[in-house]
Amino acid sequence: MAAPARSIAVPAVSPRLLAVALLSVGLLLLLGYLVAFDQGAVSQSGMYLHEVMHDGRHLLGVPCH
Amino acid sequence: MRTFGSLLVRGLIVGLLAGLLAGAFAYTMGEPHIDAAIAIEEAGAAHTHDHGEDAAARPLVSRDGQRAGLFLATTLYGVVLGGIFAVAFTLLRRKLRTGDDSYAALSLAAAGFLGIVLVPFLKYPPSPPAVGDPDTITKRTVTYLLTIVIGLLAVWAGVAGSRWAARHGDLARLAGGAAAFLATIVAAYLILPAINEVPGSFPATLLWQFRFASLGTQATLWLLLGFGFAAAVDRRLTRQKVVAA
Repeated sequence: MAAPARSIAVPAVSPRLLAVALLSVGLLLLLGYLVAFDQGAVSQSGMYLHEVMHDGRHLLGVPCH
Repeated sequence: MRTFGSLLVRGLIVGLLAGLLAGAFAYTMGEPHIDAAIAIEEAGAAHTHDHGEDAAARPLVSRDGQRAGLFLATTLYGVVLGGIFAVAFTLLRRKLRTGDDSYAALSLAAAGFLGIVLVPFLKYPPSPPAVGDPDTITKRTVTYLLTIVIGLLAVWAGVAGSRWAARHGDLARLAGGAAAFLATIVAAYLILPAINEVPGSFPATLLWQFRFASLGTQATLWLLLGFGFAAAVDRRLTRQKVVAA
């Protein structure tokens, strides 16, 4: 007995959902900035993050020094 | 229907695992090329007696630390992508014209890989250590981010083009999508500045081995993200839990 494949898994988009979603994206982009760009173009935390993430940045295709 | 929180958590977990495995790919396929490039960089620095770069001689983080940091970077990057992917899936799901959630997730991952990885890669292929002028890092970062925005715009244009042409049949739908996508990136590639900072002495083979390892790392990440998220929202796979609950 196969379950129906057709479904829509997401809740309807409401203003509240949109606000929570955009807030999540903002926080995630902040984390992404620390991983991929801090001390790449702009310095916020000194060289340490850049040095730790160095190999990952190169291999993830992010511009590096 | 799932709540947004449930979708976001699924995206974060799938992204974490995908990033970890992409790290394993990068470690085995990419690290040897990074080591080779760093050896070239250090040999060059020794020749020029550049004492201004003492940081390179006494690194803040050891090479072993950087190899471990590779996994940290790809995993965190995976978490970020997974979370954003879950948000995009939530907001765009109803605009994707399919009844199948897993198929929708795979389509979205393919679109993401195309726009966020492939379009930037073809204009500004990533470079190993020892390639790239530190003075242009800001310019290279801005143009790189621009290519991501353009890549996503091009995918959107492709979808719009294929839907517009769809009334004329399947062939027109494919042609319309491809034409709109290609027109967008060709125009952008022509306008964006050329950046060529590869020293003439840098081995071309090593350069491209590194670039393919980089592309493979990102392909691994997106492939696992797409299939992982598709499985995580698939009713057929999660049905038993629903019945049991």
